[in-house]
Amino acid sequence: MRVKYFGLFVLLAALLARSAPAVAHHGAASFDTTVEITLKGTVTEWTWFNPHCFLKFDVKGDAGAVKTWAVEAGNPTDMTKRGWSRNSFKPGDQVTVTLQPVKTGAPVGRIRTVVLASGQEFK
Amino acid sequence: MPMRKLLATLVAAAALLPGVLHAQGQWNVPGATNAELKAAPSGPAPRRDLTGVWDAGGAGIGGSGQADEREKARAPFTKLGEEMFQQNKPGNGPRMAPVADINDPLSTIGDPSGFPRLLTFELRPFQVVHTPNQVLMLYMFEHRWRVIWTDGRPLPKEPDPRWYGYSVGRWEDDTTFIVETVGLDDRTWLDNSGYPHSTSLKVTERYQRIAQNTLELTVTIDDPLVYTKPWLARNRLPLKLMPPGTDLMEMIPSASESQAYTRFISSQTKPK
Repeated sequence: MRVKYFGLFVLLAALLARSAPAVAHHGAASFDTTVEITLKGTVTEWTWFNPHCFLKFDVKGDAGAVKTWAVEAGNPTDMTKRGWSRNSFKPGDQVTVTLQPVKTGAPVGRIRTVVLASGQEFK
Repeated sequence: MPMRKLLATLVAAAALLPGVLHAQGQWNVPGATNAELKAAPSGPAPRRDLTGVWDAGGAGIGGSGQADEREKARAPFTKLGEEMFQQNKPGNGPRMAPVADINDPLSTIGDPSGFPRLLTFELRPFQVVHTPNQVLMLYMFEHRWRVIWTDGRPLPKEPDPRWYGYSVGRWEDDTTFIVETVGLDDRTWLDNSGYPHSTSLKVTERYQRIAQNTLELTVTIDDPLVYTKPWLARNRLPLKLMPPGTDLMEMIPSASESQAYTRFISSQTKPK
């Protein structure tokens, strides 16, 4: 009986699962999809734009130099399905961003996850 | 209530729950998730009626998997078609370019998606409205509309090209609506893979309502200047009926937003 209930639980979970397509207007050719890096920084701008939302944030280096990163997410429609909104981030927010960087070494990438200081996670 | 019956009721309620998320009166709906589309209730198809908001979910949007499928379905290019294809640097498909090299007129400069690209890429939810002499299709993507004349008029002979062409429609039977479109501007792409077309393109859409909540869309591309034979850009794509009162999001790829994206993201991906 217990196994039966577990099966039902799995079925319920599957029915409730909400997946959103991670479709972009461009492919992954410019990004190093084999690498994920995690950075802590301070949000300077969050744009809720087509074709991609993007987050800009400042990261302090060891010597105190600040580097500004710009990382893209999906479009507002798809991000809405995933629980993101135009109010997800505001300037001054402390964030931990996991991203796939571009191959050129520029401080640009694709967002994998963003975690706010409160622990709220966006992915 | 016996335990088995209770559990069955819970499962049924869970299946319906996603539909409740888009209940009547909800604003700014981004479209259904694939799970919600599967859970949509159904009944028999009504006669000669496509009224409502229709959503193909992820399959309508068109990612890299679909680009591969379309490449298999595509008819061979003519010599002109091959030359036109080489000029286009798309963000998806078999000739996917690095982000900074993409010259997609939709995503880089904010040109209209155009027709039939509106059906092959970013086919987000759209609403169908019947009037006495037209069928109107109102698309969430681009906040665009098409007028399909059903008053029996023929297609124009030598039309000035339009981004969305000239369309006439007729009922083939009680559940199958056929739309033919000509006069299409050749600045637009057929899809996100950069497939070209000429102004000689004729597109045929076949909407078959197989149930109250399900519509199947087939799109035929016929452009003898660019492709050696007609081919199917969509083949029985299932669309599901959204609940009444669904208020769709705007999804407008504006020029200013495209420019901002180019400045802050795509231009930074180019090797120095």
